[in-house]
Amino acid sequence: MPKVKITVVENGFDKEIEVEVPEGSASWTPPSESAVLGKRIVRLDAPEKVSGRAKYTYDINLPGLLHGYILQSPLAHARIKSIDISRAEKMPGVKAIIPLDKKEVFYHGDELVGIAATSMNAAEEAGRAIKIEYEPLPHVAYIDQALAKGAPQVFSDRPNANPKPETRREGDPAAAFKGAKATVTATYETPVICHVCLEPHGLVAQWNGDDELTVWASTQGVHSVRGDLATALNIPASKINVITHHMGGGFGSKFGAGVEGVMAARLAKKAGAPVKMMMTRRHEFHSSGNRPSSLQRIKAAADADGKLVAWEIDGYGSGGINGGAGYPSPYVYRVPNQSRTMRDVFTNGGGARAMRAPGHPQGSFATEVMVDELAYQLGIDPVEFRIKNDPNELRHRQYRLGAEAIGWANRNPKPGASNGAKKRGMGLGACTWGGGGGPSTPVTVNIHPDGSVEAISGTQDLGTGTRTVIAAIIAEELGLQPNQISTKIGETRYGPSGGSGGSTTCASVSPAAKMAGVFAKQQLFEKIAPKLGVKPEQLALRDGKIRVTQGGPAGKDAKWDESKTISWKQAAARLGMEEVSARGQWIPGLSSSGVAGVQFIEVEVDTETGRVQPLKVVAVHDCGLVINRMATESQINGGVIAGIGFALLEERVLDRNTARFLNDHFVDYKIPGTYEMPEIEVIFTDQPERGVIGIGEPPVIPLGGALANAVYHACGARIRSLPVTPNKVLAALKGLRQQDTGL
Amino acid sequence: MKTFEYDSPETLEETFSLLGPDGEGATRPLAGGTDLLTLMKADIVSPDRLVNLKRLGELPSGIKETGDGVTLGALTTLTEIERSPLLRRRCPALTEAASLAATPQLRNMATIGGNLLQRPRCWYYRNSLFHCWLKGGDDCPACDGQNQYHALFGGGPCYAVHPSDLAPALLALDAEVILKSRNGERRVSLSEFFALPEEGRRTETTIREGELVTALRIPPHPEGTRSTYLKAMDRKVWAFALVGVAAAVRLEGKRIEEVRLVLNGVAPVPWRVREAEGELIGSEVGGELFTHVSETALKGARPLEHNAYKIPLLKTLIRRALETLTETEVPSG
Ligand SMILES: Cc1cc2nc3c(=O)[nH]c(=O)nc-3n(C[C@H](O)[C@H](O)[C@H](O)COP(=O)(O)OP(=O)(O)OC[C@H]3O[C@@H](n4cnc5c(N)ncnc54)[C@H](O)[C@@H]3O)c2cc1C
Ligand code: SF4
Repeated sequence: MPKVKITVVENGFDKEIEVEVPEGSASWTPPSESAVLGKRIVRLDAPEKVSGRAKYTYDINLPGLLHGYILQSPLAHARIKSIDISRAEKMPGVKAIIPLDKKEVFYHGDELVGIAATSMNAAEEAGRAIKIEYEPLPHVAYIDQALAKGAPQVFSDRPNANPKPETRREGDPAAAFKGAKATVTATYETPVICHVCLEPHGLVAQWNGDDELTVWASTQGVHSVRGDLATALNIPASKINVITHHMGGGFGSKFGAGVEGVMAARLAKKAGAPVKMMMTRRHEFHSSGNRPSSLQRIKAAADADGKLVAWEIDGYGSGGINGGAGYPSPYVYRVPNQSRTMRDVFTNGGGARAMRAPGHPQGSFATEVMVDELAYQLGIDPVEFRIKNDPNELRHRQYRLGAEAIGWANRNPKPGASNGAKKRGMGLGACTWGGGGGPSTPVTVNIHPDGSVEAISGTQDLGTGTRTVIAAIIAEELGLQPNQISTKIGETRYGPSGGSGGSTTCASVSPAAKMAGVFAKQQLFEKIAPKLGVKPEQLALRDGKIRVTQGGPAGKDAKWDESKTISWKQAAARLGMEEVSARGQWIPGLSSSGVAGVQFIEVEVDTETGRVQPLKVVAVHDCGLVINRMATESQINGGVIAGIGFALLEERVLDRNTARFLNDHFVDYKIPGTYEMPEIEVIFTDQPERGVIGIGEPPVIPLGGALANAVYHACGARIRSLPVTPNKVLAALKGLRQQDTGL
Repeated sequence: MKTFEYDSPETLEETFSLLGPDGEGATRPLAGGTDLLTLMKADIVSPDRLVNLKRLGELPSGIKETGDGVTLGALTTLTEIERSPLLRRRCPALTEAASLAATPQLRNMATIGGNLLQRPRCWYYRNSLFHCWLKGGDDCPACDGQNQYHALFGGGPCYAVHPSDLAPALLALDAEVILKSRNGERRVSLSEFFALPEEGRRTETTIREGELVTALRIPPHPEGTRSTYLKAMDRKVWAFALVGVAAAVRLEGKRIEEVRLVLNGVAPVPWRVREAEGELIGSEVGGELFTHVSETALKGARPLEHNAYKIPLLKTLIRRALETLTETEVPSG
């Protein structure tokens, strides 16, 4: 049998191992021949979810369960002089109080004291009884405040921004600007937005004795939560089981145990009772991460042919008290002469965390609007302009497909040309992402003599349908239907796994599931062939049956002995007392990395009220081999919805004077609803030969820029800052009219 | 949220004795709870006791037409208002306002009495960490803060805007409020019921301690009176008004005989623009009339740092409201 070398993680170290791979198995069945893969497969857990039977962390109730609560800082920056919990500890229902070891708080909402009590109300009452003495310190809420001369420092040992940032140069931008036909200089801004997981962060912690811990967590990484807890609590990871059977969204913010998770475990130990610590919505807004803001000063130029020649960016971004606020620019476009300076800026705001396509939505917004500005200035069709400057050939095809689907050719290219107060316009944007897999997550398949099949893996389903992906791949291999595979995932005790982030889960888990299926089938054949009086290579599985050849090896051109065909159940019964148990690892060749996407949007702008209504989105994406077409479409729909939120509504508002979070609730932090939703048309440019690639992040990227460009096309209002609110549209239109009339 | 006691009396007498003079806000009547409970959970108000009104048989309920106009019991829900064929016929502005308010779930719970008495949505007010003027403090952090949703008129010391969509519609319909306390009944016009908060009364209404709203009365309007309510939001539904306009108009031929024009989202109380009304009365519809009127309506506006966009927005809504109401002529005679 051929062997392939792969790298696996063992005890935290990369190790190279060789695995044997049966002939011909290291490639996917072509979509035309597959029975399950690439079809529209209904999620296996759909009935559980829609009937409410699915248990989320929030639903876990245990005898004697206590409610955890974390008291947060009311000030954006302060020194902690003292914390007095003595009165609170004596209050009815209060079972444990643990102050965090902190000398200073750095943002409104910074965590201070953990409380466990018999009810949430008792815990909150206890919070009110805790006396904390603060020494208020000066603060900064926004980038401009943080960069002002003499601005207060967020951290006493570091400046708010690197005073001497590195500038990356390619070519000779200064010379290129001189020779250019069109040059635009503009400043673009995107706000901090929050992940808004509908199930907040949190977990339920239950101790069994002194050092055994069971945890139900809302997480996209059961293993990273276990690792965090083992380190923080100083107990062996082997004594912790983290469970996530269902979870309500993470988007990059739910990898670790978090302050709340470690606190829940500590409170549970101190109180001698299980503790449920789900963040309140307010706490969730404050402390569970966000997408950093960006402030992008860009000067860009193109020649008369519409080729981008120079790109200069002076970029800032703030992830509050965290770094990681960088973004790509000029994103997907090729510009020979560039000068790029990026700085992370500290502000007194809750810290950023990875958020669905970190950096890309910000970079894409400014780049796409700038590219649009240049295209209009040169009078070149924005689609053609992109094709001239985007080196990716797959995207060239996608631009054409998208343009066709949205009816680009029928639009009047002149901005604001349609009659009346309500005007329609179209815009577009592009995206790219990695989404490759790796050998983090083995899958085990067991076939029982009663014919039942289980697939076991330590991965988790963060809502994307991982459970169904695993079942579908194994079903394909065994000639069964996905609902015949019972998939057990979402527990650390099911084996190692990487976190579900960076759109890597599907590309990591699918090859492992495929190989587990291949090996299970091989074992099954080896075990039952002697009992059927044939050779293993004479057997084949399809449509819930085992077929036997007349003598030669099974395959496309084989001659079958139909009289020997038996059902799956009969075949499994031949196992007798023996079970099949096979483990599959990720191997190269079944997945790849790097996707392309393009989104078009048509909007209607009421030029008298400034309201923008999205009418239609065409999302053209590739993700290699599509495993479950329905779930993949669903990912793209979800990305589009989140993209509309970013483009149109979402913004964390801090008070400039106190740096307090003003809209930390759903009345004022507006997420899109059904009425904001356009018709969404998803177009796949399948590339099955490339194997599986992730699609979680790319569809969230392009709409910020695409929508702002559509608004410009509709009415001539150039919006350079998200979200595109009525306020900004009206201001831009007013500015425009003033220009027109010379006032 | 502070823990509290809860009573659910069945008679008005008992209710009044429970509401008794325990002092400022110690006991609060509870209707749908959609505002009061939110305020309690956010630690903005912390009553010791809630007195449920929903089991009070003596409070007039529902929507009724009498010789004296249309009466709405205080406990009428926004859903009942939205669905009432009578109101749709007599006072479409109110139907439209109700259907544009909040969400279907909230409208099922929210009562008209509570809607008039709801407190501002100013995000400084709704955050217990700001002890702002309206809550008894010394200053207004919105004044030089994040004031994109704040007032153009009547501001200072408080710049919050009244959040109700129904109040401006009712004001345009010239409604009056019927109030009851142990001392008996009194009736006040809606324009007196609402009043800019002042030093000694930091609320938007003139209801007295221990008083209940029992009903609203919309007087009969002459045949041919039309009304409408327009609302601008930054999301299509489930958003408080950026601004709103309620208008009631009676035409004779092309001439405007009678008009009431009320702006929403511009002041701590629904804001009637009488000078603009004056320009309309007796004028013939057409030409630049509505553009002029919308300019007049916004003449005294004093925008803050972030809310100037409300001015063009209001001008549009005023023009659109008047246009819809006068699209077709009323045969004179
Ligand atoms: C998310 C959200 C969105 C909303 N959007 C809108 C909107 O778009 N437009 C809009 O107009 N409104 C909106 N509202 C407000 C909603 O309409 C009001 O909260 C509701 O009408 C209040 O009625 P209630 O019966 O629930 O009052 P409650 O909350 O029970 O009471 C409110 C106040 O009135 C007092 N009170 C109630 N009834 C009486 C009475 N009969 N006599 C004396 N005092 C009384 C209470 O003591 C309390 O002080 C929204 C509310 C929420 C929560
Ligand atoms: S506008 Fe009124 S409610 Fe808002 S902060 Fe100022 S005083 Fe308080």
